[in-house]
Amino acid sequence: MEDCITLEHGSGGAKYRELVEKVFLPAYSNEYINPLNDSAILSGAGKIAMTTDSFVVRPLFFPGGDIGSLAVSGTVNDLAVSGAIPRYLSVGMIIEAGLKIETLQKITASIARTAKTAGVSIVTGDTKVIEKQEEESGIYINTAGVGIFDEGRIPPSQKIETGDRIIISGCMAAHGMAVMNEREHLGFQPPIQSDAAPLGELISAVLRNDANIVHAMRDPTRGGVAATLCEWAGADTDILIRDADLPVRPDVSAACRLLGLDPLYIANEGIILLAVSESSVYSVLKDLQSREDGKNSRVIGEVIQGSGNVAAETLLGSVRKIRMPRGELLPRIC
Amino acid sequence: MNYQTEDLAAGIRKLASEVGDVTIMEVCGTHTQNIRRFGIPSLLPGNIRLVSGPGCPVCVTSQEDIAAAVFAAGRENVIFVCFGDMMRVPCRAGSLEKLRQAGRDVRLATSPLDALKIAKENPRKEIVYFGIGFETTAPHTAALVEAAERTGTGNLSILNVHKTMPEAIRYLLRGENQISALLCPGHVASVTGSDAFSFVASELQRPAAVSGFEAFEILAAILKLLDMIRKKDPQCVNMYPQAVTREGNRQAQELMDKIFKPCDAVWRGIGCIPGSGLAFRECYAGYDAKKRFDIPHQETEEPEKCLCAKILKGEKNPEDCVFFGKECTPDNPVGPCMVSSEGSCAACYRYRP
Repeated sequence: MEDCITLEHGSGGAKYRELVEKVFLPAYSNEYINPLNDSAILSGAGKIAMTTDSFVVRPLFFPGGDIGSLAVSGTVNDLAVSGAIPRYLSVGMIIEAGLKIETLQKITASIARTAKTAGVSIVTGDTKVIEKQEEESGIYINTAGVGIFDEGRIPPSQKIETGDRIIISGCMAAHGMAVMNEREHLGFQPPIQSDAAPLGELISAVLRNDANIVHAMRDPTRGGVAATLCEWAGADTDILIRDADLPVRPDVSAACRLLGLDPLYIANEGIILLAVSESSVYSVLKDLQSREDGKNSRVIGEVIQGSGNVAAETLLGSVRKIRMPRGELLPRIC
Repeated sequence: MNYQTEDLAAGIRKLASEVGDVTIMEVCGTHTQNIRRFGIPSLLPGNIRLVSGPGCPVCVTSQEDIAAAVFAAGRENVIFVCFGDMMRVPCRAGSLEKLRQAGRDVRLATSPLDALKIAKENPRKEIVYFGIGFETTAPHTAALVEAAERTGTGNLSILNVHKTMPEAIRYLLRGENQISALLCPGHVASVTGSDAFSFVASELQRPAAVSGFEAFEILAAILKLLDMIRKKDPQCVNMYPQAVTREGNRQAQELMDKIFKPCDAVWRGIGCIPGSGLAFRECYAGYDAKKRFDIPHQETEEPEKCLCAKILKGEKNPEDCVFFGKECTPDNPVGPCMVSSEGSCAACYRYRP
């Protein structure tokens, strides 16, 4: 095989076949993808969940992850927060000519590794090659994910109710700050690590306990925790959170303060937000905190009667409004 | 609430009952942000109002200057370097963020010296640094020019739109208006010295307090202002002695004076304020990006009917402005009160029924 991807690799001929057999199949290998049919034939009856996502992140590699691991965990998490058990993923790639095959192999290995951790199979895929758009060749990944439902497990209604408590499963803002630090060469040392991780098992730990009444769940990606809370607050509910209870890692907090950024608005890829009934708060917390990936779970606020506002009680006891974020979050100087 | 803020809030409540309606203007983007971040307005009694003045240099950069930046950044061989908060500000000619999204080389800086590094790493490109900010950042731009001279870095120029505070305050607060007192910018004062704001008390007969940025510092400054209002004894008081002296940072002032001279400047939504800008001195004119790229003078008059200047002073409300909600929205702002997410017009727009 050559060093780099060329347009010929995307043209469906011998070079394409070589790529599939030498790079993708060995990494993904399972009963669904191995036959290399036009469609994967899957098992599962009853209700299914399906999601799709595309990943265009630059840089391709960052501390704590890469575009491959992000593609798997992002898709898995979208299925899991809907109450489904993630099972199957497709991986479509649009590769810019000139990308090193070694880079493609690293990304593919990362996809395979993350899929194994998440308990999902990569069952089908597609590869196209285009002329490179920028100085450095990149890659764009689209995934579709399918999940099934356990009998007896009721998926959340995704509607918060007055009296609910808002729980967060871990520290905020790590992913957004990690990528910003890498992309903009901000130079924070040691480099900030992304929190990107598949959370299907964490969510299962909560949903399989009948005592837990979960009304809504979301993984707060772009727009951060603030965007999710603003989307949740409804026509007759307000959400009130407490700054003192928001968990942020010290290195992430320091970087945010230096750049004038609010962690509430920064992307996350390894935490979930839940709105749970007041009666099941302790049970949910116990189930989350019993796991390594949920050890920092805590209650951060509650849902009260209102009209769609989100506010935070500050460390001073004063109140500040939380608004839907607009545009790209960029460091400010004044 | 900790004991400091509890005591300060109680002190403010007591004084507030003795002074009637008070409007305090702050003129610093970080004060604007932190007042919101700490929820300070929710701690103040109803008769004490905080208004955000033209303290955000990003928001008061004129449409013509942003158009100049868009022109320079759009040039083929240019790497355009600017601060993050400047990227998103729109004008009729577009925005730097839109250019970046369209693939032009527009880079984020956290220090002006980033531009020097980029210039050295890209000797065949022209690097243009967008010099925005008040006296807090102007000395850094001056240091950048000095460093470029010293190292013989010829492929660097500055699109200079620096502005200074005192003349803008004088211009806005002259004559009758509703501003009772001024919360003075701590970072600007660390360079200019607190004496630079003494005219607010001596000429404009209003109390002024130079304030830091923590919650208790802002509350302490508000308390001091109310005390001076109650006593009818306007002074300029330095409430940020840990960073600000009366005479300020002489070295920074000398550096600024070496590279720049005062000039007139156009403030978005307000118009021309005499003596409120900084221009390159003749011997440094070679670093002026407007000259180097022959940037066309794009006649972009600040619309006459924009009421920002009056809204900033609390004389008019956003709804009084003919542009509000029609030609002027957060996505397509006319003046700084709508550009800044903390501006009166942006806040009013957000909560309109």
